[in-house]
Amino acid sequence: MRRRSAWLYAAALCAYAFLYVPLAIVVLYSFNDSRLNAEWVGFTLAWYKTLFADDQMITAAGNSLLIGIVASFVSTVLGTLAGVAMHRYRLRVLPILIVAPIAIPEILTGVSLLIFFVMLNFTLGLGSVALAHIAFCIGFVAIVVRARLAGMDETLTEAARDCGATPSQAFRRVTLPLIMPGVVAGALMAFTLSIDDFVITFFTAGAGTVTLPLQIYSMIKISVTPEVNAVSTLLMLLTLLLIVVAAKISPTLLRTAREP
Amino acid sequence: MALLDIQRVTRRFGDFTAIDDVSLAIEAGEFFTLLGPSGCGKTTLLRMIAGFDLPDAGRILLNGKDLADTPPERRPVRTVFQSYALFPHMTVEGNVAFPLEMARVPASERKARIEGALEDVRLQGFNKRYPHELSGGQRQRVAIARALVTHPAMLLLDEPLAALDAKLREDLSIELINLQKEVGIAFVYVTHDQSEALALSHRIAVMNRGRVEQLDEPSKIYGFPRTAFVADFIGHCNLFGGPVANRANDVVTVDVADLGPVRVGVAAGIANAAKGTVAIRPEKIRIAASAPEGTPDNHFRGTVEDLLYMGDVTVYRVSTPGGAKVEALLANSQSGRAKFFEVGDAVEMSWPVGAGHFIPE
Repeated sequence: MRRRSAWLYAAALCAYAFLYVPLAIVVLYSFNDSRLNAEWVGFTLAWYKTLFADDQMITAAGNSLLIGIVASFVSTVLGTLAGVAMHRYRLRVLPILIVAPIAIPEILTGVSLLIFFVMLNFTLGLGSVALAHIAFCIGFVAIVVRARLAGMDETLTEAARDCGATPSQAFRRVTLPLIMPGVVAGALMAFTLSIDDFVITFFTAGAGTVTLPLQIYSMIKISVTPEVNAVSTLLMLLTLLLIVVAAKISPTLLRTAREP
Repeated sequence: MALLDIQRVTRRFGDFTAIDDVSLAIEAGEFFTLLGPSGCGKTTLLRMIAGFDLPDAGRILLNGKDLADTPPERRPVRTVFQSYALFPHMTVEGNVAFPLEMARVPASERKARIEGALEDVRLQGFNKRYPHELSGGQRQRVAIARALVTHPAMLLLDEPLAALDAKLREDLSIELINLQKEVGIAFVYVTHDQSEALALSHRIAVMNRGRVEQLDEPSKIYGFPRTAFVADFIGHCNLFGGPVANRANDVVTVDVADLGPVRVGVAAGIANAAKGTVAIRPEKIRIAASAPEGTPDNHFRGTVEDLLYMGDVTVYRVSTPGGAKVEALLANSQSGRAKFFEVGDAVEMSWPVGAGHFIPE
């Protein structure tokens, strides 16, 4: 038994190493005082200074943030409504329609959206990217919101109506506050997905528009400089932060909002 | 005119008829109970009064006005839900204030109304608590306060005591009776618990399979059940069915296959029936070791087969030579001993014609 568990530990260690060592190297070399990602020379913050002086990079980051905020906001509103609809109307086809975009390969979504925008003569740019992001984020938000609704006492909505609330008042005053943890978690998830999406963005951005992932990709086509490491580290930090916030918000609110 | 008039209401769910052509009227200020086993349609009827469900046929009138096009929020009735359905993200005060806010009661007036409602249910000082910080009984009081705060025309209570333990249930039953008297609002109370129904109500509608079997005062429901179902559902009852062998001087003799002829008094107005059932409550049967004096109207011998010692009373299941099972009940206070008989004892059972009740078929 002991032998087997030792093997198990070793295997687990390898798996985690495979997952996290590359990330650790990226982070480590962002502080390396050398142009090459080859050997450790010394600690520096120079690459972060270069990064913040890089206009192209700042523009790309600005675009990513703007798209992320718009896409997560709109997809949260629509996704919440979709989640409520999935919960309320027990149509079998509805969950499939709403959730399918998650399962469809991104490359397919990207290509089809590109064709769609071109057909409509829609100018590719920030707008088309934001629309594309909204499209694929809705499903994620809807799933989280629906899960939250499934755990909610159905009679609370009826009680609100009984107390004189119209359907929309009942939703705003009772249902929405109770599913808010799910809505917030969905919004953060949508933001994270939007900010680091590459494939769909690549197809729908057109010629002049650059987001952070696109900018990083174009930089490493030339060579991987520690500036890329620095921006990757920041991106990683932001994503991690959002995940932690999302995970923190949900369980704590879950506890206070539910009757024991 | 009745406060609430239910006229020939039917409600179907697929092939299942939940409410089958029900008509009844509820008066203002009345404590009215819908009593029946689960699935009898009582909750469906309550939901239709509240507006969460609509009849497939028939009408529900409140103060003479058809409610068909009135959504739940505009009906002057309030529901106390079985699960209480308190808003978990609001305090006690927030919950009670909610209907006032929806009714656009000015903020200056709300405070006094909230305090009044909490006083009605004896729950002052709990304003800032959240539902999860309250006991089951306290939550139930909040639910009632929330329902009463806007002074509705009618309060609908869906098994509000079902989730509470027996002792608390009794206390709250008494409080409910007093509260109803105090506020003077019509209560429509749904329950499957017959003792609750008998204790609380002015009138009871006993429901079975979507129909009202009997609508009467509690004492009439208990003493004069109109159908075998009602007799059996309300308390314990011996039911002896068979063809009517003889009828003379308002006494009917029913020929019960495994027991023998059973004689029972009938009201003068009752139509001649070829068949029927004699209902006799266990506590109305005299059970003794020796034969009764004189010639009783009904007299049977038997052997105690089972007994249930309940503390205050003992229930005996007696089997007769013919194979009939008769349930008889004896109060234990009549004797210094805890029990009168043991399993296997031979006993004599007797009762007068007036003790039974004839249900024609």
